[in-house]
Amino acid sequence: MSIARKDFVATIGAAALLAGCSTPKAGGSAPAGEETVAGLGGDAKAIIAARGLTPGDVAAALKTFVPLGKHDDFVMFASGGHSGQVVVMGVPSMRILKVIPVFTPDAYTGWGYSAASSECLNDGCVNGRLITHGDTHHPALSETDGDYDGRYCFINDKVNGRVAVIDLSRFETTQIVKNPHAADDHGHCVTPNTEYVIETTQYGAPIGGEYVDLTQSNYINYYRGVATYWKFDRASGRIDPARSFSVELPPYNQDLTDAGKLASYGWSFTNSFNSELAFPQGYKGGPFAEASESQNAADWLHIINWKRAEALVASGSVSKRNGMAFIPIDQAANSGILFLAPEPKSPHGVDVTPDGRFLIIGGKLDPHANIYSFEKILAATKRSNLKKDRYGIPILPLKDVMIAQVPVGLGPLHTQFDGKGYAYMSLYLDSAVSKFSLGDESGRGWELVDKLPLQYNTGHLSAPHGDTVNPRGGYVIGLNKWSIDRFTPVGPLYPRNLQLVDVGSDKEKMSHLYDAPIGMAEPHYAQIISASLLKPLSAYPMGFDSRTGKVSPKAPKPGTEGIKQEGDTVVVSMTQVRSHFLPDVVKVKRGQKITWRITNVEGTPNTMHGFALSGYNVSLTIEPGKFDEFSFVADKPGVFPFYCTDFCSALHLEMMGYFLVA
Amino acid sequence: MITHLHLDRSIRTLLAAPTAATLFRVAAALLVLALALPWWRFSMVAPQYPFGLHVTTWFFALSGDVREVDELNHYIGFMPLASIASVERHLAFLAGPGAAALLLCAAAASARRARIALALPAIALPAIFVADLAVWLRYAGHHLDPHAALSGAVPPWTPTLFGAGGVGQFHTLSVFEPGFYLAGLAALAAIGALTIASKKQAE
Repeated sequence: MSIARKDFVATIGAAALLAGCSTPKAGGSAPAGEETVAGLGGDAKAIIAARGLTPGDVAAALKTFVPLGKHDDFVMFASGGHSGQVVVMGVPSMRILKVIPVFTPDAYTGWGYSAASSECLNDGCVNGRLITHGDTHHPALSETDGDYDGRYCFINDKVNGRVAVIDLSRFETTQIVKNPHAADDHGHCVTPNTEYVIETTQYGAPIGGEYVDLTQSNYINYYRGVATYWKFDRASGRIDPARSFSVELPPYNQDLTDAGKLASYGWSFTNSFNSELAFPQGYKGGPFAEASESQNAADWLHIINWKRAEALVASGSVSKRNGMAFIPIDQAANSGILFLAPEPKSPHGVDVTPDGRFLIIGGKLDPHANIYSFEKILAATKRSNLKKDRYGIPILPLKDVMIAQVPVGLGPLHTQFDGKGYAYMSLYLDSAVSKFSLGDESGRGWELVDKLPLQYNTGHLSAPHGDTVNPRGGYVIGLNKWSIDRFTPVGPLYPRNLQLVDVGSDKEKMSHLYDAPIGMAEPHYAQIISASLLKPLSAYPMGFDSRTGKVSPKAPKPGTEGIKQEGDTVVVSMTQVRSHFLPDVVKVKRGQKITWRITNVEGTPNTMHGFALSGYNVSLTIEPGKFDEFSFVADKPGVFPFYCTDFCSALHLEMMGYFLVA
Repeated sequence: MITHLHLDRSIRTLLAAPTAATLFRVAAALLVLALALPWWRFSMVAPQYPFGLHVTTWFFALSGDVREVDELNHYIGFMPLASIASVERHLAFLAGPGAAALLLCAAAASARRARIALALPAIALPAIFVADLAVWLRYAGHHLDPHAALSGAVPPWTPTLFGAGGVGQFHTLSVFEPGFYLAGLAALAAIGALTIASKKQAE
């Protein structure tokens, strides 16, 4: 294994610092071909020798090491899969900075325990049922002019067809909306100025969730997908369902979605994997979906003119369904909103290049990166003699829109960009990442440059600003489903492996940098933003209420603490500050309704306090300045200690009180 | 229109020895400026406060990390900062501008004793500030609440008026700020004005 000259120089400098040596000692030169790192100070050499490190190990360590007290250059927002959460990590250190609870209650933060967070979860009820899990898939950072702006992160719940808003001024979920037209979803992204959050279904199902028996005829006639365009209102920081709309799609089982940008602004692209219109029949001895949905050589790329759809909705000629604007297939097809184009077998990703001129499609069962020209797509949509599918949607001929194929390998899935003229496509079956050059409209210049094995079964890739108009390059992270032998065994439930790859040190060759185990569900997709674009609060203004995003008049403040009877409810107004609660004893009678309000009246960043009440299922973490509230019925008599669960001071253990139910 | 003659006269006036009245007015202006600036700052650094806690004393008020310092002080029973010299801070609203106004009166006064009497508050102001602060620091440091959580852990002490000190895990640094120094300059200017006026009267 060799080491590049510039890495070598960096190795000497950094290792000398590590060892505290200002002048590296002249060690004996290593024999040619021996895998040692020459030129290092004695301490560093000893460490390297003792740990059996290769030059590649040392280079990787130095490229990912963030000195103590320093910060990462980038921050990654990774979906937490069916944990229902979002993981925030530093890049290149791959250190986990935070887990943001979204669809799943979390005892640490009190998500789902406080009134504010419970209301947010309740907004995501499905058919009136509170759902306390989610399958987070595609985080989508808000964008301005096609690049991340660091203000919001949207995350979809595949299993329940929901979208959540995370406000990055506080790294907290602020809204959950349930799609009234979709049972589930998969594709999820934002338009270049976050005008809309796009959510597309995965599996065909009757619109609105009504019962229709599963037969071939019914599947074709009543099962549907949708592309939903959730209107995002920046002024309120919330999705506005009243200004949102869906475009009905055939039950082709839509998959990933990407929004057009720059040259392709105003359009969105969604692929699919069930042109066969098949459905599971294994239960009666028929084919499983895995076979019946993989028979055709091509599936359908959905091409949607969302600007035209927006105008159609604004014109008032779109009816509502389940309370939200709904453009049926025939209206979309006849209005120049919806088109199809063939795409290679069972694709996963459709990704728009940074200049918006090309679409790159990875067909899971086709060994190519397939390159489509938006200019040619646009020209084809204007033709009048287009054939149509059984639903009346115009079909753009493949030969008119595809301009090149790059033989990348087996199982192409998803593509990211580095801003230096290269694309990176994950290869699930090859368990690798491929790198190819971006070519031109004539189809020239699209060529495979490098391929690097990943460990193992890579799904999506993520790169810094890698799906925006301005990719930053430097790294690609493989979101690997399996880890097999990469980590210390921890039982049959293996960690997932987020694998950091260096794509910035060498013009062509990629190299491994770091394996980061994730002890939670599949990190499906991630986006990586420059850390300098994030400007979160360090503390809340006193009495801040998560529900309103404002200071609450109900929030207890110093001097207003107490216990009052309001109607049939006992209202506890409590403050917490190092190292006591006030009031620190609360006495009620059995059967009384309790509304308990707490404000952390600290003003200094990092002075969190917890609150846990024995026997009544209450657990909160309250950041400085924040106000939280919870309600329950004191149905069990007894003496119940409560205390601060966040080690807040030297007298933390004394920060306690009693709840007495007579 | 500005002529060479005008410019020449202005320059000569500036270069000439100031009159007592001018110096009194300069002293008053310096004092007014001082009242708008911080006078003293107390900084504390500990392992868990790498950026430090800073409390700034103005002539009329306190600012900075007062809440957090109070929060920490309550463990050792140190009185809330706002209760220190609270009467003086209220009086300061009268005393500061009043001293500056008296300097302007001194500029117009012809009797020597009247000039001294009118200038004395401004001359004494920095010294009074230092003396009052020193007394309060000693008082507060030696009157810790015996019922505080850590009352036994920290023995009575006097926070430093100027320079480095320490308490518990904190290293402290006390410095005077521009407002104090400007007030000192105002006092010196007033003394200068009194001297010039006395000399002129003697002539």
